[in-house]
Amino acid sequence: MSTDTAAASDVVTPVSTDALTVDRIDIAYRVRRKDQPVVRDVSFRIGRGESFGLVGESGCGKSTVALAIVRYLARNGRVTGGSIEIDGEDVLGLNESELRRLRQHKVSMVYQEPGRALNPSIVVGRQVAEVFELAGKSDKEALELSEEMLRKVRISDPVGVMKRYPHQLSGGMLQRTVIAMALASEPSLLILDEPTTALDATVEAEVLDLVKALRKEFGTSLLFISHNLGVIARMCDRVGVLYAGEMVEEGPALEVLRDARHPYTVGLLRCIPRRDVDKRRRALDTIPGFLPRPGETAEGCIFADRCGLVQDRCRTEAPPLYDVGAGRRSRCHFYERAQRLPRTEPAQTDAAKAKPSNGAKPLISARDVGKTFRLSGQEIHGLTDVSLDILAGETLGLVGESGSGKTTLARVLMGLTAPDAGSSVELDGRALAYLTKQRTNAEQKALQIVFQNPDSALNRRHSVRRLIGRSLSKLGHYTGAALQNRLLALLHSVRLTDRYLPMRPSQLSGGLKQRVAIARAFAGDPRVVVCDEPTSALDVSVQAAILNLLNDLQTREDVAYLFISHDLAVVRYLSDRIAVLYLGRLMELGSAEKVFSSPHHPYTEALLSAVPSIDAVDRERIRLDGEIPSAANPPTGCVFHTRCPRYIGEICETTEPDLVEAEPGHAIRCHHPIEELRRIQASPPSPQSRPPARADGDG
Amino acid sequence: MSVDAVPVESAGAVAAERTGPSPRGEIVRDIVRSPTFIVGAIIVGFWIFCAIFGYAIAPHNPAAENLEGINQAPSGAHLFGTDQLGRDMLSRVITGVRDIIIIAPVAVIIATVLGTAFGLVMGYFRGIVDDSVSRVLEAFLALPLIVISIAAITAFGRSNLVIIIVIAIVFTPLIARTVRTSVLLERELDYVAAARLRGEKAPYIMFVEILPNVTAPIVVEFTVRLGYAVFAIATLSFLGFGVQPPSPDWGLDIASNYPLVPAGYWWEVLFDAVALASLVIGVNLIADAVEGAFDQ
Repeated sequence: MSTDTAAASDVVTPVSTDALTVDRIDIAYRVRRKDQPVVRDVSFRIGRGESFGLVGESGCGKSTVALAIVRYLARNGRVTGGSIEIDGEDVLGLNESELRRLRQHKVSMVYQEPGRALNPSIVVGRQVAEVFELAGKSDKEALELSEEMLRKVRISDPVGVMKRYPHQLSGGMLQRTVIAMALASEPSLLILDEPTTALDATVEAEVLDLVKALRKEFGTSLLFISHNLGVIARMCDRVGVLYAGEMVEEGPALEVLRDARHPYTVGLLRCIPRRDVDKRRRALDTIPGFLPRPGETAEGCIFADRCGLVQDRCRTEAPPLYDVGAGRRSRCHFYERAQRLPRTEPAQTDAAKAKPSNGAKPLISARDVGKTFRLSGQEIHGLTDVSLDILAGETLGLVGESGSGKTTLARVLMGLTAPDAGSSVELDGRALAYLTKQRTNAEQKALQIVFQNPDSALNRRHSVRRLIGRSLSKLGHYTGAALQNRLLALLHSVRLTDRYLPMRPSQLSGGLKQRVAIARAFAGDPRVVVCDEPTSALDVSVQAAILNLLNDLQTREDVAYLFISHDLAVVRYLSDRIAVLYLGRLMELGSAEKVFSSPHHPYTEALLSAVPSIDAVDRERIRLDGEIPSAANPPTGCVFHTRCPRYIGEICETTEPDLVEAEPGHAIRCHHPIEELRRIQASPPSPQSRPPARADGDG
Repeated sequence: MSVDAVPVESAGAVAAERTGPSPRGEIVRDIVRSPTFIVGAIIVGFWIFCAIFGYAIAPHNPAAENLEGINQAPSGAHLFGTDQLGRDMLSRVITGVRDIIIIAPVAVIIATVLGTAFGLVMGYFRGIVDDSVSRVLEAFLALPLIVISIAAITAFGRSNLVIIIVIAIVFTPLIARTVRTSVLLERELDYVAAARLRGEKAPYIMFVEILPNVTAPIVVEFTVRLGYAVFAIATLSFLGFGVQPPSPDWGLDIASNYPLVPAGYWWEVLFDAVALASLVIGVNLIADAVEGAFDQ
């Protein structure tokens, strides 16, 4: 297939070729007048209609590969070797106008943040129509086609949506719009770069379902990039695993995930908390060591330094991509032994010895906590009558979609946000002042927090010594030599050494920064530590290490955690009890086991069902209709009725159910009696029982 | 992204870690190496040298009158000519920088310190504190420099101290506004919440936690305001509110000599004006380099 033929005619598309062929490409970024190779010798093919996933942790080069395919590399990036063909056309040899034509007709890309892919000052309809106008349609035709396209991506009110500006749409709606635009030109290849990472699990599930359905409808080939192995398992036929810019393993997705043939893939899969594992049974596996720095060249295998199966041969001889049969390849000399990678953590953890929280007395009690925000004259109910206890030494998991009030509740407990009058927060049965500055030193010591983003939580102008030392002197009243000793002890307990003391946060990696933040939270020997999504900004292997650390500290320091996360697997792994929030209301509260298995609240049921998992790929899913309603104007009756898969009837719309203890230690806020929930949750929901869907894009 | 990837770290042993150059060091290196900065620094450096050694290197006594050689055009004996009292213009240009180069930085330093303090207080406390302080500062912003100067000089008489105070008063609100904006962004970050949670008092949070993180806009503001201050001081002495004759001073000399320009004595104004312009440009070049480095 020569470029000339393709250039001569847009219409003729060769039938026999692949949608995408990436052949041994090398990519380098020019930094300080030197070429730094970031991708080496990566090859893969995507057949027509096939879906291929690229996985890897941050810095492995997956986005770089995607950008190289559409030739959108940053100005200092360059493909230094190999070839890329889309639909038989040599992408690297195209000139500007040919490239434009290629992007117009054959390949589209969807990025992580839909909000940034759209122009904020142009209505959505115009932006979608533009794609058709570029293809030569008249204004009127383009608008009609846009409407049809938006309908195809399951936007129920396309005419209304087209008149809105991007900021008036929710994240899920925006991502659908962007997908509609990407598909408008009927490309033969669609590249999705972490398309659901910025979305909630329930919305993510819907977008993934949509992409899957559209793929069938349009026959488009997919290149799907994600750090999330569960998403890849759900979406892709084949998968390629990237590590430090090299393809270390490739093969059919399900087989690779079930029976990996490269120690890195094996390690990565073991880092993920699985459903059947909790902290009492075993610590999570981790991958020791560090990702090599870009430009660092290894003589042998690039993974050798971190591999538990390393042999002498690995250090001297770089492994080729071995063909391991059944369309699978692995860049490991000892691929047949990969599954025998030794565990990095003992199967039994100290946590196994931890006492169960049953019968422990409440340490923190929140009673009827409400929080109303006033925004340009509108009242927004962030929290409504939330009552819960945190028991001494336990981990209470707090889950819910974004906007459900998780962080607001944490901030109220910490005294960073004052709740509405009438709310009460108690420590050991004594009421706490609403704001931290009115609390006593002992009360401040008792409650500490680990924030989600260490870049924001650590003062970037202070050294590690100062960051932790100041907390020790303020909260623990340590001085002089005692402070130094305690500082070192604390540093060692989060597995850091004293050589980090003079460093600033910018000199540390994400995981190390989070360790410093954890050390700071433990400086005053707290009794409750709120962990607000402490691992969501980290890669899975780093996440595993941080979760193990938190677990360890809990056993040793006898501290209780309020663990907030949108990642249900993580919450399940760490929590003794779980609270589920929806629109600022507590929907369910109970032991982790009870909440995570039926019978449970229909919302919990839907949340659990939405999570892409590597264990249950083809399971029947419960879908939530639409988006989370606006807290400024919450639905009447049960706030969940607009999306409930187990909707009963009028009672849900008129009467708000109480949070009742359905069985000992398990409270549910639902009109269904628990026995009824047990019965119906044994079977998938019937579609007729749903209420009419609300208008899309509310709020 | 991928280029700056930091090591993925993991379990038990936390081993090697990158220790790159500190960002601050990099910024200073960027500034010092930029051609804009080098040109600006050479110009400003030259004038600082003149301010210190002006009287020693000037070919004549700048105050020495020579009524036999008034209004002489530039020549070998007087490179920049002489003025209406026969004083050597070259010597007056060289020595005329002294007051301006002391007054401007002192005034701007005072304005920066006050402006930073106000900005921190307004940005950190927000609400009623911000509203009331803002209104007062805005009131000062509304008064033109000249009006404040006339009032101050009428009340306290002419002195460099008065000029310093006037310039400081005029610039403080401007700097305060810039600092306030940065503080508003900074106070939302979690490290401020963390400080509150360990019981830190407001002054500690403002000056120890937030201040080090807003130095970039403060430094930029300082250098930019310095250029304006040079100009403002020259304006005041041109209007007769500054240095008094017979001391050599650019603004003053321009004011006393410009009526003679129509008579063809252009050199009595031009060289002072060029000197003033070069100093302002030099300071602004440095300001540009500093701003550019912080923006990257």
